[in-house]
Amino acid sequence: MTPTPTPTPPPTLLAHGLRKRYGSTTALDGFDLAVARGTVHGLLGPNGAGKTTAVRCLATLTDFDEGTASIDGLDVRRQPTSVRERIGLVGQFHAVDEALTARQNLVLFARLSGVSKPRARRRADDLLAAFTLADAADRAVSGFSGGMRRRLDIAASLVLTPAILFLDEPTTGLDPRGRATVWQAIREVAAAGTTVLLTTQYLDEADQLADCISVMDHGRVIAEGTPAELKRRIGGDRVTIVPADGARLADAALVVGRATGTEPSVDADTRAVTVEVADGAAALAPIVRALDAEALEVDDVALRRPTLDEVFLHLTAPASDPSREAR
Amino acid sequence: MTTTTPPTPSRPAIAAAPGLRDRRSNPLREGALIAGRDLLHWVREPWGFVFGLAFNLMLVLMFGFLFGGAIEVPGEGDYIAFLLPGMFALAMLFGLEATMTAMAEDSKRGITDRFRSLPIASASVALGRALADLANSVVGLAVLMIGGLLIGWRPTTGPAEIALGVVLLLWLRFALLWVGIFLGLRFRGTGATTAVQVLVWPIGFLSTVFVSAETMPGWLGVIAEWNPVSATATAARELFGNPTGVTSGWLAEYAVLAASVWPLVITLVFLPLAASAYRGLRR
Repeated sequence: MTPTPTPTPPPTLLAHGLRKRYGSTTALDGFDLAVARGTVHGLLGPNGAGKTTAVRCLATLTDFDEGTASIDGLDVRRQPTSVRERIGLVGQFHAVDEALTARQNLVLFARLSGVSKPRARRRADDLLAAFTLADAADRAVSGFSGGMRRRLDIAASLVLTPAILFLDEPTTGLDPRGRATVWQAIREVAAAGTTVLLTTQYLDEADQLADCISVMDHGRVIAEGTPAELKRRIGGDRVTIVPADGARLADAALVVGRATGTEPSVDADTRAVTVEVADGAAALAPIVRALDAEALEVDDVALRRPTLDEVFLHLTAPASDPSREAR
Repeated sequence: MTTTTPPTPSRPAIAAAPGLRDRRSNPLREGALIAGRDLLHWVREPWGFVFGLAFNLMLVLMFGFLFGGAIEVPGEGDYIAFLLPGMFALAMLFGLEATMTAMAEDSKRGITDRFRSLPIASASVALGRALADLANSVVGLAVLMIGGLLIGWRPTTGPAEIALGVVLLLWLRFALLWVGIFLGLRFRGTGATTAVQVLVWPIGFLSTVFVSAETMPGWLGVIAEWNPVSATATAARELFGNPTGVTSGWLAEYAVLAASVWPLVITLVFLPLAASAYRGLRR
């Protein structure tokens, strides 16, 4: 079973034991997921973890070999047409017509979804305004920025308010500005009450947008919880010190270890001493003071959130990983 | 959390009004909508379409005037009158590339996935492609015919025969649609598209489009005779009252029958293949 406690209303999406093989590659290997109604659920994992395959299976685009999945209680495999009436999908590739204008795209997808022409036009106008595309409505999509295309893609998936909106890596390849506008769009979609399943490689994206995160690796969910719960398990922030004198790397490690009470890791190649701390901002001052007291000059001091690599190292470390067996 | 930024109240709602969907799924309506997208392409980016038409006209001029003087039509007759119906059939064959390229591009770009995630009939995507490409071929054929009339080609039969000739040409195009859809879905790489673009040339030339099979070495003539494009070309020549270049052999007797049966055989083979390739996208 999934590790999350069952919420009172039935979950919008429920997947159990999904398996999918491509030749000798196992893309999904016992994938379980429950997405509660009205929430944004983040599916976090590295490239090749099976996120896209999971979304494609759940969105009726790809058949799975084993397992069951349902959306709003409808079986994904046996009632694909009914499921398609209830989903919106923003895939990794821009699924809008480049040669058409934003408005033409939205009217086309609205009419294909079964909306009559005048209502499709009004709906297109509403969506263009909602996703701040009204000014570009009659321009060809081929001239759009990455962020605008993504927003149009999201708008096209929301013609008929879906029971669940799948967003497969919606900000991959976007510049920071485009990313910010897409995040804003996703927040508004969520605020409108739409259930969202969002896949991402970025911890901060999941952290910013998701109510609940499932961490995925090798085709299955290896950990699940709210962002706060996961962070507690992953550990807190990372502080990295780069001493000016490479010869004093060991000294620096010793001082940092004493100041934080945690054994730091040392990377000789980059001359970096990294330590895990619960609260980075609070830990920084004592570290700097201790280095100063030992007259250790530093080239760089950095405070950052754990990277996805570290999350995975932590979650897949054999000793400290009860979640691996939890499914 | 997600509710930190509430939506600006002045903006229209993201959530759709209930009951927005007021049309039931209907493959004809959906096919027409998907085909309508292609018509919008012609309007928005007309150059690809215009170039395609110009290319066929250029071939007519090149063969009609550049090589035409040196080519002899068996059983005598004017080469332009012989060439034009052949060019009509060749244009139908070349349509195959357009179908394949469009299908492969849509699959690569994710448009096909978008269609597949919509609550539409599974036949609608192929139907849309078929309608758009047939419309394209009707316009292409009309332009070629007008071009032919301008350089001296004349159909000499009655309206019924001429109409049947046009129908048989489009019938070949219809059959090749399924080949194009199958190839486009099955082989999506740029290399595959290029391969087909190259391969339609020998298939087109190894026919009676440009020269009569009777002027070819024996074995080559047999291949050309059995080429479905030759059947349609010869049938069109017959029905338009143009020189056929065929004085003996089965094609002289049964061109119209062959031009009816060949496309049927192609359709019977490739329509199921195209359907299974579309279902195969789920794998």
